[in-house]
Amino acid sequence: MSASVKWRRLVSNFMLTLTGVCAVVSVSVLFFILGYLVYNGGTSINWAFFTQLPTPVGETGGGMANAIVGSAKLLMAASLLGVPIGFLGGIYLAEFSGSAVASVVRYAADLLNGVPSIVMGIFAYSIVVLPFKHFSTLAGAFALGLMMIPITLRSTEEFLGGVPRYLREGAMALGASKWKTIATVVVPAAYRGILTAILLALARVAGETAPLLFTAFGNRYWSEGWGQPTASLPVMIFTYAVSPYDDWHRQAWAAGLVLLGLILIINILARTILSRGIAVPRS
Amino acid sequence: MATAKTTLPSAGPATGSRSFVSRLRDGDEIARLTTMVFAATVVLITLLLVYELWTNSALARAKFGFHFFVTRVWDPNIDQYGALPFMYGTLVTSVLALLIAVPLGIGAAIFLAELAPPRISDTLQFFIDLLAAVPSVIYGLLGVFIIVPLMRTVIFPGLNKPLGFMPFFKGPSYGVGFLTAGIVLAIMVIPYIISVSREVLLSVPQDQREAALALGSTHWESTWKVVVPFAKTGILGSIFLALARALGETMAVTMVIGNTPTISASLFSPGDSIASVIANQFTEATGDLYLQALVGLGLVLFLMTFILNGLARILIVVTTQKGSGVPT
Amino acid sequence: MQASSKPGLSVNIATNTGAAGQGHLASLPMRMTISKVNFYYGSKQILFDINMAIADKRVTALIGPSGCGKSTMLRAMNRMHETVHTSRLEGEIQLDGQNILAQDVTTLRRRVGMVFQRPNPFPKSIFDNVAYGLRINGIKGSTSEMVEKSLRRAALWDEVKDHLYKSAYDLSGGQQQRLCIARALAVEPEVLLLDEPCSALDPISTAKIEELLVELKNLTTIAIVTHNMQQAARVSDFTAFLLTGQLIEFNPTPQLFTTPSDPRTEAYITGRFG
Repeated sequence: MSASVKWRRLVSNFMLTLTGVCAVVSVSVLFFILGYLVYNGGTSINWAFFTQLPTPVGETGGGMANAIVGSAKLLMAASLLGVPIGFLGGIYLAEFSGSAVASVVRYAADLLNGVPSIVMGIFAYSIVVLPFKHFSTLAGAFALGLMMIPITLRSTEEFLGGVPRYLREGAMALGASKWKTIATVVVPAAYRGILTAILLALARVAGETAPLLFTAFGNRYWSEGWGQPTASLPVMIFTYAVSPYDDWHRQAWAAGLVLLGLILIINILARTILSRGIAVPRS
Repeated sequence: MATAKTTLPSAGPATGSRSFVSRLRDGDEIARLTTMVFAATVVLITLLLVYELWTNSALARAKFGFHFFVTRVWDPNIDQYGALPFMYGTLVTSVLALLIAVPLGIGAAIFLAELAPPRISDTLQFFIDLLAAVPSVIYGLLGVFIIVPLMRTVIFPGLNKPLGFMPFFKGPSYGVGFLTAGIVLAIMVIPYIISVSREVLLSVPQDQREAALALGSTHWESTWKVVVPFAKTGILGSIFLALARALGETMAVTMVIGNTPTISASLFSPGDSIASVIANQFTEATGDLYLQALVGLGLVLFLMTFILNGLARILIVVTTQKGSGVPT
Repeated sequence: MQASSKPGLSVNIATNTGAAGQGHLASLPMRMTISKVNFYYGSKQILFDINMAIADKRVTALIGPSGCGKSTMLRAMNRMHETVHTSRLEGEIQLDGQNILAQDVTTLRRRVGMVFQRPNPFPKSIFDNVAYGLRINGIKGSTSEMVEKSLRRAALWDEVKDHLYKSAYDLSGGQQQRLCIARALAVEPEVLLLDEPCSALDPISTAKIEELLVELKNLTTIAIVTHNMQQAARVSDFTAFLLTGQLIEFNPTPQLFTTPSDPRTEAYITGRFG
């Protein structure tokens, strides 16, 4: 082996090792994040955290019960908006539409998907907050629901399209109408992929903060119904983290751990159990 | 239940060659119309979004016109609004983020696509996908409590002492600022670069690698000089995608950038970005012009990400098609 | 550089050759010898006890039906099989008397070049494709002269001399394959392996390349895998017939095609299976 080949092999081994370092560094960030959250927030996760309301500014103690409930309400309402539009729109694209119309709708969905979440918040503000002149859970749910539409739509279209022809034809040959075929054969065949996508979309909007800042806004107390501003977990984390109070910092860590834990669990479940063997949409 | 006159489906395929009436009776027409309405809603929402952004920034656009983009002053007290400091902040933090994330991301993608055995590559990619799912506010949390102190105690002294004569590294540093935001953004966009680049690299035909190896290349040479250039359009697409994400990032940046509309060459200077000024000031905005100026900023941000995302998509599609096409 | 015929080499050669063939072979210098080679992908065995040799400055063809292992054998000769983790080679393959498995693989692959089934030029210009091997191996001298020399040897120079900096993908399929040959020739390999080089090409391009191969053997030793028997009969000096991983017959080409010594060879070349 000549000297120059020795050098080239050395360079090759060095550079390839370097790429391995890059990969390890990148992946380890995930574990650092989890580690810090557990270390700083783990001890603050207690019964009070889940059941009590925030205490007045400056006082220690209290919890985030209202934020947890608020987030739950927001996500529920967001799903009611985003999932039907995405799902049924996706059915239209996959089953009924011509290719020209389909491209337009797909393009709109991709566009919507790429809109920064803060701009989505501005949109929701102008539609739901301005006319009623106050912040509300509804406005926050509107913003979040919109963000769920594109992923649901594209995934529904993709997974329905992946259902093989012979399944459809089998049903139609028995006299089933088109919509019956879709409802009883095609959708059940595709439901796992679609459900995975919906769960991933939910996990994504669960962590969104920016669109809530001027829609759902925030609330130190319980939010009644849907027309009042409401606290939410991500906004609480933000508010507490940038505050000057140590006790609030501690609670922010705890909330961060709870929020991330939930999001990761949903992601892991959706990506492993539910979608065994299916290609999962990238976030 | 359809009361079709025939027992066999000789009524033809259910794709429109039957009569309207029979389709209606089967419920197919209703299904088609219903789902069509929902699909149309998506398009309508998108149009409405653009419309709202446009009309709700009318006052600001009328008053400032294109000066909006070149004015440095942002002062609500005198109703003077210029976008320049925020555009500067958005650009600087995004560029910094890319400078850090691109080498790391491409390096990691190369490892995952070329070196790692498939099982390990898939497992690591799984973790990268989880990383992409971490919300912005969590990154912000870590930014505030881990990276800001790190900046103050380690990074700033480390860079300022030897390089402080250069305008980029002049102090003082409060921990927050452009570089801090850039670092946090870099961590946030790395997963996007890795995921897309890895896919694109995996789609490079195997015989490209083999041709390079058969000429006596080392593994690195075949990867760097043949495989990566083959995939470069798609990798560029992943960078555009990452850039689009970085531009729109709000929470993590807001928490560590310092929230002062400053234009400064120093990386340690506090600054502001478009997304974070909207986040901070939207609810405080008194007066229509103030609010509409903020919406105007939102419109600018929307346009920037719109263009970048469009370019990214084209680039990525072009590459993955090239890999599967046979040269004529 | 002629490898001298070492006494041990011809004795190790395949036992399936007839006495006449063995005598003929023994008088030629051998570039590469293949001894007791068994090959596995994981637990599945692909090649069974292969013994043969590649004669210096001659064309040796490997023929046989799909799946017989001829490509696997070829790819082992420049250790290309190592790109698949589960592959395992037993036995010995020698280049100029040295076991290739004991050498540095990067250097080996410069000495034993390969042209692939489908043309696979790099996404670079025509010039840069040919120059690639020169550059990474740090070969001294005028790059443009060496590029021209290779392109001439591949009978492509006249067609591309005015377009050297255009993309290689602008060429037709047949031209791209000749470009790949030029690229492989540029580093002056001692052996050139071709894996069904014409199977993706039209008849005219195929004819051009076959002409080329007959000329090239003066320059470099050639081993070619082909599923086209007529092609083997046209261009090669020696032919090895493989069937389900075994070497059935290895003889000078005229002999194998006119008086095959094994009934299975005869069945294959008369088209009774394939």
